[in-house]
Amino acid sequence: MKIRLDNVVKTFETFRAVHGVSLDIESGELVALLGPSGSGKTTILRMVAGLEYADGGAIYFGDENATDIPVRERGVGFVFQHYALFPHMTVGENIAFGMKVSKVKRSPQAIAERVKELLDLVQLGGLKDRFPGQISGGQRQRVALARALAVDPRVLLLDEPFGALDANVRRDLRRWLRKIHDELGITTIFVTHDQEEALDLADRVVILDKGKIVQEGTPEAVCRTPANAFVMNFLGDANRLDADIRGGKAYVDDIAFEASGVADGGGQILFRPADVTWREHGHGIAARILRVIDRPDSRRVLAMTGSGQPVEFDTAPEFPHRKGEQGFIDIRRPRVYATA
Amino acid sequence: MRRRVLPGLPLALGITLVYVGIIVVLPLAALVFKAASLGPEDYWRIISSDRAFASYRVTVLCALAATVFNLFFGLSLAWVLVRYRFPGRRLVDALVDLPFALPTAVAGIALTTLFATNGWFGGPLSLIGIKVAYTPLGIIVAMSFTSIPFIVRTVQPVLEELDPALEEAGQTLGASDLSIFVSVILPLLTPALLAGVSLSFARSLGEFGAIIFIAGNQPFSTEITALLAFIRLEEYDYPASAAIASVMLLTAFVMLTITNLMQARALRYTARG
Repeated sequence: MKIRLDNVVKTFETFRAVHGVSLDIESGELVALLGPSGSGKTTILRMVAGLEYADGGAIYFGDENATDIPVRERGVGFVFQHYALFPHMTVGENIAFGMKVSKVKRSPQAIAERVKELLDLVQLGGLKDRFPGQISGGQRQRVALARALAVDPRVLLLDEPFGALDANVRRDLRRWLRKIHDELGITTIFVTHDQEEALDLADRVVILDKGKIVQEGTPEAVCRTPANAFVMNFLGDANRLDADIRGGKAYVDDIAFEASGVADGGGQILFRPADVTWREHGHGIAARILRVIDRPDSRRVLAMTGSGQPVEFDTAPEFPHRKGEQGFIDIRRPRVYATA
Repeated sequence: MRRRVLPGLPLALGITLVYVGIIVVLPLAALVFKAASLGPEDYWRIISSDRAFASYRVTVLCALAATVFNLFFGLSLAWVLVRYRFPGRRLVDALVDLPFALPTAVAGIALTTLFATNGWFGGPLSLIGIKVAYTPLGIIVAMSFTSIPFIVRTVQPVLEELDPALEEAGQTLGASDLSIFVSVILPLLTPALLAGVSLSFARSLGEFGAIIFIAGNQPFSTEITALLAFIRLEEYDYPASAAIASVMLLTAFVMLTITNLMQARALRYTARG
């Protein structure tokens, strides 16, 4: 099912949560809504589900205007951050719930068969008669997914689905969700504030800030060509140096960087800690090492440029230099932006 | 013995048990002892007299009616207090506790004044042929009044803690509001409702002060068991009074046992396995 958001607006009392968001999601796509808290990502997801009503704009499911269709008739599967399993029902009863209350009457045998099928799909075959309180967080989230899938939704919506789980379980579930998505081919939107999760899982990432879309594209596109400093910072560790932009060049301490298309005036260059080479002599921005931090697979160096701006970069574990040494930093793949 | 973070467990346990013994067990034992001083025949004769039976009947039936009324009204009161924001909500919330704070005799006098045939409520009601004061209906009113906070106060916190996502999950799965209420909310409220109902019923069985003013206290029709025990007491017939009281004690005990079992059943999903 193709989904289209057309200039959707949502205001809570005085706070405007979503400012005119337009978005097209292709049938069968797996899309991540990525943003910090308060960016409106969950509100957008809830509007697609029908759990919130849009104050303006429209939401289309295929060619049908779904804006005013109540949630229970919208045919979405929703997975909540804290699972929202019915605690007094067994795993099997939770999964069967949607089928039991459905207008489409199914026989008890048909429901039982479908429950079994879904339990196999989420690899929880033996847990049918357990209560949610008796299984682990990761298992609960898989039950929640099975329950959402049981009603054959047109769209699957997941709100921070792995937010409450620990790191290892998260990674496993993420890969597993991707596999299920590829098997079923259902249009899926999920919300996360974890960029790693979004990049790992999604076909396309939509990055939001303060209720607006700041960039959308494949993980590759958003990683390689961040649209602005916010995206660059949000996607991962980034260094920021103030720069002067003159005639398509950005100058930091007299070192020039390519900056075609950026207006003259105040600017900034951003770069990843992995994109720095330390040189004892030669070309680069003069800097002094303040501290060296050891990590299992690298050394993180904290340095200060000649003009007093902090820089962090990663080097090989064999990096021989120490606190107090002077040298030059050579930056690869810098991104230049005008100061907002 | 395992080391504990908090000191003084044996002392605290000892004091608590002694207090429970003195405050709860000892009076009840004295009651049973006093009743037992009657021979089995006398005991049976007293507790099965027509007048005593009539009092059990009116007490239990009125307590049942009052509890059923409180179950619905208390639940909806708790629901409104938790789910809606309206001016005066805090005031209503505070008023719920009033029946606990008010001396029951004051409640009884106030209710009698209101429901007497010349009272604010009693007047209009008598015009349509409903008499409340000095009838079993008055007993029900007094019982409901004094025991409604039990239901509200046991249900309210559970309702507040109920995750709104559960209802939203129900909606996304296509359930109607009614089926969400019946299959999701109500089962989760059941343990609290049972606790509230059993407390409310027990309180209604034992209520005395509020009822004797409004009931009229006619033997065989509006005389409650607690009053009958009191009358025997005033006649210095302590064993008879204790015998009647022991019936009330047994009833309350059986009732609490049943509701506890029902509660355990309703909560079985919380068992860790």
